Amino acid sequence: MRGLKWRIAGHTLALLATVLLGGLLSATLVRLAPGFDVDERELDPHLNPQSVQALRDARQQDHNIFRFYLSYMKRAARGELGTSLSLGQPVRTLLRDRAPLTLRLLSMGLGLAWLLTLTLALSAAWLRLSVYDALTTVLSGIFLCIPAAVLALLSVLWNVPGSLAIALIVFPRTYRYTRNLLMKAYSLPHIVTARAKGLGEARILFWHVVPVVTPQLLAVAGVSVSMAVGAAIPVEALCGLAGIGQLAWQAALARDLPLLVNITILVTLVTLLANSGADVIGYAVRRQEG
Amino acid sequence: MNFGRKLACAVLVLVMTASVAANWLAPAGYAKQYREATDAPPSSTHWLGTDAMGRDRFARVLYGTRISLLLAPAAALLSTLMAALIGGLAGYLGGVWARMAMAVTDLFLSLPWLFLLITARALMPLNVSPLVSVLVTFMLLGLLGWTSAARVLCTSAGSLRASDFVRQARAAGLSGQRLFWVHVVPNLKPVLYAQFWISIPVFILSEANLGILGLGVAEPMPSWGSLLKELEGLVSVGEEPWKFVPLILLVVVVTSFQFLLSGQEEVAA
Repeated sequence: MRGLKWRIAGHTLALLATVLLGGLLSATLVRLAPGFDVDERELDPHLNPQSVQALRDARQQDHNIFRFYLSYMKRAARGELGTSLSLGQPVRTLLRDRAPLTLRLLSMGLGLAWLLTLTLALSAAWLRLSVYDALTTVLSGIFLCIPAAVLALLSVLWNVPGSLAIALIVFPRTYRYTRNLLMKAYSLPHIVTARAKGLGEARILFWHVVPVVTPQLLAVAGVSVSMAVGAAIPVEALCGLAGIGQLAWQAALARDLPLLVNITILVTLVTLLANSGADVIGYAVRRQEG
Repeated sequence: MNFGRKLACAVLVLVMTASVAANWLAPAGYAKQYREATDAPPSSTHWLGTDAMGRDRFARVLYGTRISLLLAPAAALLSTLMAALIGGLAGYLGGVWARMAMAVTDLFLSLPWLFLLITARALMPLNVSPLVSVLVTFMLLGLLGWTSAARVLCTSAGSLRASDFVRQARAAGLSGQRLFWVHVVPNLKPVLYAQFWISIPVFILSEANLGILGLGVAEPMPSWGSLLKELEGLVSVGEEPWKFVPLILLVVVVTSFQFLLSGQEEVAA
């Protein structure tokens, strides 16, 4: 129990450090990006020199990276994430409004991807037919060779839900690891013996294979969250789904850097949480098995 | 070499040769507009028809293939060199250097690849000349794509540092720098080659994704990404099947790379 607590504490510290460091890196990049100190409002002929000067003074505090970052963190701690330059709305409101759709899309996409992965990988491991194995490998290989954005476009053309596009983007990556893990587990001597002695497939799977592959599968599951988040950008952008992925794309096209920094930190947090969660659960499972 | 790999090699050589010979094979330049024949279907003059601006699609596919197929290996070379320098050196030095390098690597790896790319691309000016956009896109791929390779190289260099022959060389009085360049780097070559080849299809696909999202190579310069952006305007798959030629070519090339890489991945791991 103590080891588990230390592991959780370690992950929390690493998470905090990564988010702080990632935030500082993002703030530095924003500060150094071309066009950082330019405000289009200054070009407005209706503004008098005093108003233009006031706009410049307002940006003065952003010139020092550390002061800019500190003031950002202070505001972030109070829940103020600034205002989007391109959309003119508070970033917090934008994120809050769009998060439910992305979460729904990601959970459905990941669910479908894992359903497909486990079905194909388990059937390949059970059947042990070289033709079937080759077919499933070719199928996953084809999806691996198609750009994620093209799959998103095809989902629009064929009028299929965006979650299926996410599933087809994630599936070939998860399938490869899962298939290899299951094949390796099924060739372990004690499982081969159990099969030879006539033990039922379900019993072999749940009593012998699942305990062996669970920790590694959990790690792949953690990584698959990161893959799905990456896939959400083209899917939401090209399928016209108003989620956080589409927001990130719009922010990138409009060079809305304050919005982009906040989304970067949020995405880092989500992917790190998923990976840390998978690691902690995997550790707990390994400990339980002794 | 088995039949599959030979076939993959032949396909890659054929596509590469055709793209390099684009100046002779293409009926016109990639930017030449036939205003009397916009959005035309395939014909004897325009083998793959023309796009909405009346540009010959076959010419654009050839020139686009040249850009994607020449610059993706260049970006892969840059990322492999960076990975060798950062990961290899950190692994060789060990201790705090290795931990620091791995912390930076973890930071980069914690972000999804496509998200990291569009964020970094957004930091660069988007309204640039087509040539600059090509360079920015592929430089970005090279500069950001080193992390996973660095992790592998750091581990490999770390195990080499602890190997007997390196210890013996150190005990014989060989200096650190000479030890690194003469004994460690040559032994990292198989991993470096593998990482280089693995990066190429990844970068080809990444450029295609960026292009479709409007963050890649700028018009009128063609690349697989900008050519695939045309699919956005399709109403149904069967309507204009010739528009899928760039996609089919991309899938064939990436599949060929995957075939060639099937043995390399074990080395890279």
